[in-house]
Amino acid sequence: MFTLFWTDALIFLLLIMVALFTWYARRKEHLRSPWRRVGRSRAAMSTMVILLAYVAIGLLDSVHFRPTLDRDGEAKSLVYSNEAISAFDWLASDLMGRAEKTYSAPFATHLYSKETVQLPDGTQKRMYPKLEYGGAHLAGPGEKAGDIIAGSLRGGVKGLLVWIAAVAVFCTVWGRRHGRSPGRAVALITSNQTEFRWRATLITLGVLFVLMWISTELSAKYHVFGTDKVGEDVFYQTLKSIRTGLMIGTLTTLVMLPFALILGIMAGYLGGWIDDVIQYLYTTLNSIPGVLLIAAAILMLQVYLNNNSEEFASVAERADLRLLFLCLILGITSWTGLCRYLRAESLKLREIDYVEAARSLGVGQPTIMFRHLLPNVMHIVLITVVLDFSGLVLAEAILSYVQIGVDPTMNSWGNMINSARLEMAREPIVWWSLLAAFVFMFVLVLSANLFSDTVRDAFDPRLRGVE
Amino acid sequence: MTNNVLRIEDLRMYLGGAEMPVRAVDGINLKINEGETLALLGESGCGKSMTALSLMRLLPSSGRVKQGRVLYMGQDLLTLAEMDMRRIRGSGISMIFQEPMTSLNAVLTVGEQIRESLLTHQGVKGAGARKQSVDLLRSVGIPSPERRIDEYPHQLSGGMKQRVMIAIALANEPELLIADEPTTAVDVTIQAQVLALIRRLQKERGMAVLLITHDLGVVSEVADRVAVMYAGQIIEQAGRESFFGDPKHPYSGKLFESLPALNKRDQPLYVIKGFVPSLRTDFKGCRFASRCDYVMPVCREKTPAMINVDGGQVACYLYSPDHAPEPVRLVESVEPVSGRKMGSEEELLDVTGLKVYFPIKAGVFKRTVGHVYAVDGVDINIPTGRTLALVGESGSGKTTAGKGILQLIAPTGGRVRFQGEDLTAVSASSLRHRRTEFQIIFQDPFASMNPRMLVRDIIAEGLRAQHIGGPDARRRRVVELLEMVGLQEDSADRYPHEFSGGQRQRICIARALAVRPKLIVCDEPTSALDVSVQAQILNLLRNLQDKLGLSYLFITHNMSVVAYLAHEVAVMYLGRIVEQGPVETVLTQPSHPYTKALLSAVPTIETGAQHSAIRLEGDMPSPSEPPKGCYFHPRCPEAITVCRERYPGRASLNSSHSASCHLLSGGD
Amino acid sequence: MIAYIIRRVLYAIPILIGVNLITFVLFFVVNTPDNIARSQLGDRRVTQEAVENWKAERGYNKPVVFNADKQGLARITETIFFEKSLKLFAFDFGRSDSGRDIGHDISQRMWPSLAIAVPTLVVGMMVNITFAMLIAFFRGTFLDFWGVVLCVILLSISPLFYIIGGQYVLSKLFHLVPISGYDPGWEAIKFLILPVIIGIITGIGQGSRWYRTIFLEEIGKDYVRTARAKGLSEPRVLFRHVLKNALIPILTGVVVILPLLFMGSLIMESFFGIPGLGSYTIEAIQRQDFAIVRAMVFLGSVLYILGLLLTDISYTVVDPRVRLG
Repeated sequence: MFTLFWTDALIFLLLIMVALFTWYARRKEHLRSPWRRVGRSRAAMSTMVILLAYVAIGLLDSVHFRPTLDRDGEAKSLVYSNEAISAFDWLASDLMGRAEKTYSAPFATHLYSKETVQLPDGTQKRMYPKLEYGGAHLAGPGEKAGDIIAGSLRGGVKGLLVWIAAVAVFCTVWGRRHGRSPGRAVALITSNQTEFRWRATLITLGVLFVLMWISTELSAKYHVFGTDKVGEDVFYQTLKSIRTGLMIGTLTTLVMLPFALILGIMAGYLGGWIDDVIQYLYTTLNSIPGVLLIAAAILMLQVYLNNNSEEFASVAERADLRLLFLCLILGITSWTGLCRYLRAESLKLREIDYVEAARSLGVGQPTIMFRHLLPNVMHIVLITVVLDFSGLVLAEAILSYVQIGVDPTMNSWGNMINSARLEMAREPIVWWSLLAAFVFMFVLVLSANLFSDTVRDAFDPRLRGVE
Repeated sequence: MTNNVLRIEDLRMYLGGAEMPVRAVDGINLKINEGETLALLGESGCGKSMTALSLMRLLPSSGRVKQGRVLYMGQDLLTLAEMDMRRIRGSGISMIFQEPMTSLNAVLTVGEQIRESLLTHQGVKGAGARKQSVDLLRSVGIPSPERRIDEYPHQLSGGMKQRVMIAIALANEPELLIADEPTTAVDVTIQAQVLALIRRLQKERGMAVLLITHDLGVVSEVADRVAVMYAGQIIEQAGRESFFGDPKHPYSGKLFESLPALNKRDQPLYVIKGFVPSLRTDFKGCRFASRCDYVMPVCREKTPAMINVDGGQVACYLYSPDHAPEPVRLVESVEPVSGRKMGSEEELLDVTGLKVYFPIKAGVFKRTVGHVYAVDGVDINIPTGRTLALVGESGSGKTTAGKGILQLIAPTGGRVRFQGEDLTAVSASSLRHRRTEFQIIFQDPFASMNPRMLVRDIIAEGLRAQHIGGPDARRRRVVELLEMVGLQEDSADRYPHEFSGGQRQRICIARALAVRPKLIVCDEPTSALDVSVQAQILNLLRNLQDKLGLSYLFITHNMSVVAYLAHEVAVMYLGRIVEQGPVETVLTQPSHPYTKALLSAVPTIETGAQHSAIRLEGDMPSPSEPPKGCYFHPRCPEAITVCRERYPGRASLNSSHSASCHLLSGGD
Repeated sequence: MIAYIIRRVLYAIPILIGVNLITFVLFFVVNTPDNIARSQLGDRRVTQEAVENWKAERGYNKPVVFNADKQGLARITETIFFEKSLKLFAFDFGRSDSGRDIGHDISQRMWPSLAIAVPTLVVGMMVNITFAMLIAFFRGTFLDFWGVVLCVILLSISPLFYIIGGQYVLSKLFHLVPISGYDPGWEAIKFLILPVIIGIITGIGQGSRWYRTIFLEEIGKDYVRTARAKGLSEPRVLFRHVLKNALIPILTGVVVILPLLFMGSLIMESFFGIPGLGSYTIEAIQRQDFAIVRAMVFLGSVLYILGLLLTDISYTVVDPRVRLG
């Protein structure tokens, strides 16, 4: 049975909006040409592949359903589990289920700390106990290195094969659209003679496929990133955290956009007391230091949730509401910057000749704002949204550290770092959770930054220069 | 021939990437002699500024010199080390630029910017440098230079800034001064001052000047020799007299013919067909061939070489003994085609006492402490089918007056009667409906259309807003309008950026015409356009007037446009009209001293002796603090005592001609 | 100028009232003191008596906005709104939920905060400007390209990574500086080095990239061409003309955060155990000490508004074109 969390609903709404916009932009030259410029950038195309991979995992993790429970005897009536799981959980159910007792290092076969174990013969011994799942199939410790290499090779080859198939399909489709034979298409793409940087795109895709299949292959038998304090697989946690990061990065913008757009344009175009009120509104909100406003709001939310916990069916639902609320409050704190830009731009556009011409034709104010101002400030919106994304992903980690981020039960890079940080004092140090979270976050943020740089260059009329 | 200051040999300069570069300068040869002024004349985008920047080696990062030599004092500047080149910049060759507003560093004082130049090339500092800077400022005619030297650029007027630029350029007594459109950004009276200054300094110092301009009038005022540039090449070189007396190249000839003037009123202006080819083209043959009336097959095959004719040079096969069919004379006198239709005397617009004040707010509670008297009591009227030109320098309030009449800016006072109804008194909604009857066309064809809208939607905007016709009717009307303004039907489905400046202005005209207005306010509609394109737009406006019986309020600073197009003219100074009357009378027998000065400041392109001009001193005062008495008296060469005391009343010179001046009203 | 400052100060009043109302609504209207008490006491089945005690201890046992039991002015003053919100305007922060004098705490703890924030800001800006100048000088070359790439990489790394990595490498592996802690007086320096260095590194990516954009924008302007046409050398053009103009947006951008330096850095101070206002705030958040959070919100707003005012004034100092009226 499908369940729809609030954030799921919003993310799909966002997806629909993006799809509608794409459909709309296809026919508008002024919207298409900047995107074409983005497509001509190697960095943008490669990072887009990576971003899409993240998005795919995040979306898979956003389709929630409650699985049926097997009950002996009562085959007729379907009974659903209380806890909803996502499509991603279902795919990675192996990873989810294979919990160890506590910490273990990446690819370890034994626990990280010594324990007293009852041996079959009845004696007790302090030793590193063997892991329940990680490397359990190995006969002896000597086989591990070989097994890992063999597994990697196997995965690598599978990934390559899938990639070759994908490239073949792509070249055929591309060739057909451009009236070229598949062979010619391959030649054009490899010699980089296409308008868009398909070669870089496909190479990135290849690297991604190989890595994916290697990790799938290995994670079936090992904990590739180790396990955490309660023995949960860190690789699984890291992947689950993607959804949280993406949600914060995108939903925040989604909730703030309408306010910033409407108020910013109104303030700039209408002026007068409306401008004064809107300026007062955002100066006031802006004057409260962001972290403190978030802290205050989240603390109050906690109080509310504590007092009304019976209203929530599950922990996940509660955590989801908190995530949504966090996006909302982050949106409120970051709303002011965009609003101010839009106001300033509208103020400039108000004086521009074509707006004056519209006024002299007797066009009404709402129409002027909608037809003349809105399309001409959209590039600012797009640039801000894309540039803000990476900052928000980074902010999530910090907020979770201050304990005003997402719910502690929710998987997020911030929570991973936060809990691992407490183990810093251990000797030797537990580093894998930290590193896994940092690396995944870094790849996402770096890709987003490189991508957004290209988008900004393509859309900012000031940077466009001679063409 | 050793008296060349500078010799340019086969200079080629490309912009942009290796594939499809913009050939901004494509093989030009020039020489500038000691103490002479060479004018490099050409329309925008023909590569004249790029030529100057190439020889100073100050090209933008996308530009590069492909080949050629620039010989200065026998040295090739293009092969000099950057260090040595620096020694020449600012001391051997100096340059001044078009925009005095942005060309000075806003956070350094005038003195610092001059001293820096002295320090770099002469090593002078301290009191010596200061004294030298003050002398320089004095020599370029800046009053009280001791005080001005410590001021920042924003404290100076536009004309003053350009003088400071000249002072900086002259600091190290250069052999050659390059002036890149030095007066394009300033008003005509200031232009006259600056040009006179350049001419004086050049005589005093015996330096050579390379003057880059698009303005034939400026050329005629100051140049000794002229080089005409077209699409990256020089197509004609001649002495001033012979160029203005008998231009050789067909392009030069057509330029003269497309200039508007009083004596061309009865005929359409000559229009050079087509437009300047893209400089990305890989040219074969003469670049002007596609637009030339005298084109021969050979023109399209091989680039013509320079041929010596009458002491000048021209790159045209018409003068080549191998090709020329017969001797040609390019400036032909055209027969008047048709007399202009006179409009009726039916009154359309009657403005009385129009005032537009902008409050100046200051203090703790932002109280109004003063006003900018942008428009301060303007009376005009326009009958149906007639054109009234509102002329004045920037800051005179002419644009504000236009917008005040259209109620785009709420007037502070006065009445605007349109067909008998006072527009300042009607309700907002009925005003919105009446807006179909009066429209506006703007100066900047790039800012006047929403870049995100299709031309179809732009033109139909008024129809939609006023709920005129259904979708089909609107579609038909758009096609009709496009045809009316001389554009293809398929233009409707394109975006504004696909059109050139002149075409855009046509679209704007179509947008205004869509709602069938009776009056159009034309706010400098041609001042951003090249001369040849300006002629097209003026012809179009005139045809439309004859055909549709439109009335125009034509706001401009360009006297020749006024002379060509207007029936009546009103001269504005500091928010008030100082003289008003039929165009022939006002332009030929101006009465008000300001009108006289304004007209005499306009550079003329007549051959023969340079005319003596009345030079106005100083700048226009601020409209927030107009002078007591007659607003013009501080600059008026004929001012008398009473002028300092009272604003003069209007003196009628005859039934249609009036001026506000004590000299005319007898000082009462 | 004076009139302008007075007007801005007057304008600050409605803003502070707004901030005050927002915090009031957040802390006392969204959740009643009863709710907070129950949440704090942990168990939802706590007795009403325990709740009342909790409220009385912290002064929350009064009506929210209007006290009908009292007479005259006391009807207004003997309320939570007056006691907890309005008194902030007099910078009377009252006592924290754990009974400490907040005003005193703030005056004690702002010095360590400044000891980190000021050197980080000053040195950081110098580093950023130098780096950005260098990139701008080599604009269009591969140094420019890789400089920008380096910036993007630096700013894509989570600040937490810099902190944890820095602590691990410098303190744990090489024992160069203590991991965390603080001593008053000159002894503090050894505790400050690491957070300051990390603070600077964290800012390099963002700062240098931003400054580079400013420099390049200035380099494209007409006056630079004029300066070159005078025959000035490239370093002189950059340092005398470009830098002087670019400093206007850079300085004024910095001025707005100057007053906020008092608030300290939340993350740095808490990671390095510096007893500044940042860690004070974090501890308050983690202990759910609402009185402190409220006080810090108000203080932050005051400082921000002060920053805005200083920004406007700094424009008149660095930019000869700007005159405030």
